[in-house]
Amino acid sequence: MAEIQSYTMNFGPQHPAAHGVLRLVLEIEGEVIQKADPHVGLLHRATEKLAETKPFNQSIGYMDRLDYVSMMCNEHAYVMAIEKLLGVEVPERAQYIRVMFDEITRILNHLMWLGAHGLDIGAMTMFLYCFREREDLMDCYEAVSGTRMHATYYRPGGVYRDLPDSMPKYQESKFRSKKELDRWNSIREGSLLDFIEAFTERFPGCVDEYETLLTDNRIWKQRTVNIGVVTPDRAMQLGFSGPMLRGSGVEWDLRKKQPYEVYDKVDFDIPVGVNGDCYDRYLVRIEELRQSNRIIKQCINWLRDNPGPVIADDHKVTPPKRIEMKDDMESLIHHFKLFTEGYCVPEGEAYAAVEHPKGEFGIYIISDGANKPYRVKIRAPGFAHLSAMSEMVEGHMLADVVAVIGTQDIVFGEVDR
Amino acid sequence: MSERFETLAARIDERFGEQMLRLPSICGELSYTLDKDDLIEIATALRNEADFGFEMLMDVCGVDYLNYGDDEWATNDATGTGFSRGVEREPVILDEADEFDPRRFAVVYHLLSLQHNIRLRLRVYTGTANPPVVKSVVDIWNGANWFEREVFDLYGILFEGHPDLRRILTDYGFIGHPFRKDFPLSGNVEVHYDDNEGRVVYRPVSIEPRTLVPRVIRDDNRYAADLKDADDG
Repeated sequence: MAEIQSYTMNFGPQHPAAHGVLRLVLEIEGEVIQKADPHVGLLHRATEKLAETKPFNQSIGYMDRLDYVSMMCNEHAYVMAIEKLLGVEVPERAQYIRVMFDEITRILNHLMWLGAHGLDIGAMTMFLYCFREREDLMDCYEAVSGTRMHATYYRPGGVYRDLPDSMPKYQESKFRSKKELDRWNSIREGSLLDFIEAFTERFPGCVDEYETLLTDNRIWKQRTVNIGVVTPDRAMQLGFSGPMLRGSGVEWDLRKKQPYEVYDKVDFDIPVGVNGDCYDRYLVRIEELRQSNRIIKQCINWLRDNPGPVIADDHKVTPPKRIEMKDDMESLIHHFKLFTEGYCVPEGEAYAAVEHPKGEFGIYIISDGANKPYRVKIRAPGFAHLSAMSEMVEGHMLADVVAVIGTQDIVFGEVDR
Repeated sequence: MSERFETLAARIDERFGEQMLRLPSICGELSYTLDKDDLIEIATALRNEADFGFEMLMDVCGVDYLNYGDDEWATNDATGTGFSRGVEREPVILDEADEFDPRRFAVVYHLLSLQHNIRLRLRVYTGTANPPVVKSVVDIWNGANWFEREVFDLYGILFEGHPDLRRILTDYGFIGHPFRKDFPLSGNVEVHYDDNEGRVVYRPVSIEPRTLVPRVIRDDNRYAADLKDADDG
């Protein structure tokens, strides 16, 4: 038999399965991976350094662009850290809105993950199905914030504005027939809450569709079962969090263990895997889709019954209403100071973490009492996960690298920051 | 929450005594500062001893305290040229110095204990050495590998005993440590395509630094410690 020599191969950074700009240097023997060395940083924008040069509120928009498939969860960690330092109380309605949008974001993220992961390992239909549902959720983003992705909706002290009473509708154009237009607009007649409720009614059926295609699919199982196995001990040792940790059987979810906002008032379950392979992590995420849907439903019911303020009344931190500025000198001053200089945050440091769709997303802020943070550190879950890439793919075939990248749910906006 | 914090704080006091110094926190978090020579001993104990059980290292963060507490706007004149007029920007290049201020660089570790459901923050100052060095905790928490590479890349802090201390986020062949406070936000070099050479080349940056909103520190008596205590009481 001919002697097989190991050789080095470049994977990416321009590879459709690299989920962005991952460059992997693989040492291969035949088709078996000996070692993987991920080269990251091709998308490094120094978000943390940029945040040091801007007033606190101006960096919220940067947070959207970190993990650009779960925008509002990133914002959430950032505003929570600021709120911790300032000691601002968030009105309950704003907390429910945040929880609802966190869960909408979780569904958005997991759908993106499912579509891309499926596409990578040979399930093309998934991508189309998932993007169909993502489109509806993007419309929710658009309805509250005006943009479909980078919302900047959460603010220290609450959220930017209350949920709208009407949904944006499709306009007539020569590309759409009247019939089509009516069909699309028929679910957009009511308020945003009606729209989301209609979504939560049909979404479990959609998840069933995905499961029909994948869960017992022989090819899907061949590509995921026993691939990238991580034991619970190793998962903790490597700093895993979120579905990566739960897939290995560690029951840990910040929403349950260290509840923030109103997660202690809503009812939901935490799915946990057994074997710690790609298939278990798939099952965990699918169940999280269903649980998120359940949380959203509870939030809708509460929000319907309880109108109220959505942002704190402390005008040292939150801008006053425009109408008040017309005849109240103090409001005018507050507005001017907030939008020229921002607010000063007392000296100190805070770490706020949320259960982000990918894991624990934390923001560590050091303030020296100025209107800009002295240091912002972003703890991105994907960074810790990707660092374990070599360990997870060792001894697997080249094609399994793609399955492992998929199961880690890597997004380079947060890994490279 | 605070009750569990106090239990842990008491245990830490008892076990480590003066080796770990508790830092005040304005938002009820538990953080300690410790000498860099004690780091490995304390980290090992925190991870392995059942009383502490910090099996996860969530984050390693470098900090450069060069301009801590300085505001940058020192003017009383009014002009029409924007805020940059009053901003004093003196390039401070300390990299050549043999010694740093002992409180210049710090490494901050965020620990999490799943069994006790509690977080802990450790801060280690790197001392006066240039380049700054601390011991690596990779052998205690394997997940520290990339986090320490990141701190090395961005702050130039060396981790003794790290198996593979390479740059991670910056470009291949990058010069300098970009998150140090004496590194300009715009960087030192930019790339462009050179027609004559037929490839992408580096050249000094052509953009001027600009301050849109100056950094100001205002003493706000709402946050003054003695007044706050009076409110609570």
